[in-house]
Amino acid sequence: MFLGTLVYAIVNSFILILLAIGFNLTFGISGVANFAYGALYILSAYLSWMLMHLLGFPFLISALLSILITTLVGAIMYRLVLLRVRGQALSEVIATFGIGLSILELFRYLGFVGFEYTLPVFIDRSFVFAGTYIDMQRILIVVLGMLLVVALWLFTHHTSLGLAFRGIAQDERTALTFGIDSDWIATLSVSMGAGLAAIAATIIIPLGSIAPSEGYDVLIKALAVCIIGGLGSTGGVITAGFIIGMAERFTDTYIGSHWTMIVSLIAILLVLVIKPSGLFGHQKELEERI
Amino acid sequence: MEKRKERIDRGIKARSEDIFALSSWREMLYLAAPRLVPIILFLAIPIFLNPYWQRVMISLAVFAMLAISWDLLAQSGMISLGQALFFGMGAYISGTINHTWGIHPFITIPLAGVLGGLLCTLILLPVLRLRGIYFSMFTLILPLMLVRTIEATKIFGGTEGLSGMSPLPSSWLELYLIIIATLLAFFGFRRMMGSDYGLILKGICDNDRSVTNAGINIYWYKTQALFFSSAVGAFAGAYMTHVYMFVGMPVFALDYSIMPIASVVVGGVGTFSGAVLGAAILVPLSEILRGIGGLRIVLYGLCLVIFIVAVPEGIFHYIQRKYQQFERWVDVD
Repeated sequence: MFLGTLVYAIVNSFILILLAIGFNLTFGISGVANFAYGALYILSAYLSWMLMHLLGFPFLISALLSILITTLVGAIMYRLVLLRVRGQALSEVIATFGIGLSILELFRYLGFVGFEYTLPVFIDRSFVFAGTYIDMQRILIVVLGMLLVVALWLFTHHTSLGLAFRGIAQDERTALTFGIDSDWIATLSVSMGAGLAAIAATIIIPLGSIAPSEGYDVLIKALAVCIIGGLGSTGGVITAGFIIGMAERFTDTYIGSHWTMIVSLIAILLVLVIKPSGLFGHQKELEERI
Repeated sequence: MEKRKERIDRGIKARSEDIFALSSWREMLYLAAPRLVPIILFLAIPIFLNPYWQRVMISLAVFAMLAISWDLLAQSGMISLGQALFFGMGAYISGTINHTWGIHPFITIPLAGVLGGLLCTLILLPVLRLRGIYFSMFTLILPLMLVRTIEATKIFGGTEGLSGMSPLPSSWLELYLIIIATLLAFFGFRRMMGSDYGLILKGICDNDRSVTNAGINIYWYKTQALFFSSAVGAFAGAYMTHVYMFVGMPVFALDYSIMPIASVVVGGVGTFSGAVLGAAILVPLSEILRGIGGLRIVLYGLCLVIFIVAVPEGIFHYIQRKYQQFERWVDVD
């Protein structure tokens, strides 16, 4: 019982980390809170579903294509809309929120709801681990989650583009004097955030089905993780992902499934009361947050 | 030869700025018209409407109230994405009181306004220290999480909600009470923001640290603004409960968060007139578009994006400029 819950809690934590990491990347670098994040997640899932079932591509190709298209959509969204309202937090929030709303409600209007809208699992196998059944997809989520975090860390610390990302995040004007094009970097950060959402969708959606309402859930979860962890901090996202993921699973098993939402709500409130900048959000705390 | 546009105040505006406006009817009318027109329209139009459109008028007034409360928060530097929290809180408080003890709506509605305002302020108190976008994030997730909580714990009637609230005595009273309440909130808040008190709130929005430097406790002022705003939102929610005679999970729906924002963005931020104007445009429009169902929300979303990018000032500021200034092309030296 305990070990099984622990295993599923770890899987749940990695799902949360995967969901939050793209949102966090975009916000950490360009300061754009991408409220269309959940919609991009759903968009990529529907894209690969449509590529598979309407055009007949194999799963791997359609998944890769949908990740690519979603990345492009992120870039287009930045160039067409966000660039014009850059730096005005209110306008950015409302514009991205409007875009996300339109995408999700369009899918709902077109009638893309039902159990047949799902993606296939990568490897259809399950085995017994620590006394509980666990399928291959959940293991893959953990493995890919770790890989993605490590890859992202290597990218931001050891490539020139990644260092440019961090430069813009730390001080935009100084970075400009070093010849880093901040608009271009911001475009890349938004599109990479969208791409990460698409990757998360490709891995996580096979566990359930695609639904427009899922888009709002994903946004809520990403926001919850980022608020607790402190926006813009990768370590914070991982810690917060584990805190919420564990708390959710354990309340689900030992208290009751309908308390899971309340637990994360209480966690957010507690963190905000004790440390308003989040657990790890120390960067520019005074200017931005309080 | 290059030209540029020059804007100059109209003569009548300059003449009617001080006490000498009293010397001529024309100047007095110029000053009074913008204030009288909305009052007269709001009070006169319902007489000519059939019962269906009178219902639309009620929801117009309710959304205008929500938009006003959103605008008040925005002017004090708090961007809320969860106006549904205020609305739903008021609706549930008034609905529960009426459902359990059968108290008359005339008591429950104001009571729910005050209690809902207090409760929302208490819930958001820890978040009040957050600025800008962080506040928005929290307000966005709060109503959505509350819906889940109600769904899961089955409190307040769970998914089915509570029904059988007592209605308001007559349909004309129902209509005119909310219109008068909206007009009171509108002119009251306009007056408030024009006073020194409003100046502090605007100062918090512009530069909160310099307000702190002036020895003013910004958190206390933000708490007050939050209370005013959430009380107005809760009042609107409580009123809607008694109009529909039902309260359920839809009161926390995204519609009640989106519509006020869309109204203010379309109308123009920073003057409550923009909020009312936006609601007066969007609510009837959405009623006409009822046939296309879910596509309406898509249109709202696109409308938000287009207005934010292309017409960021909103319709009201455009009208105001035309009313007060004239424009001409002049040569660039």
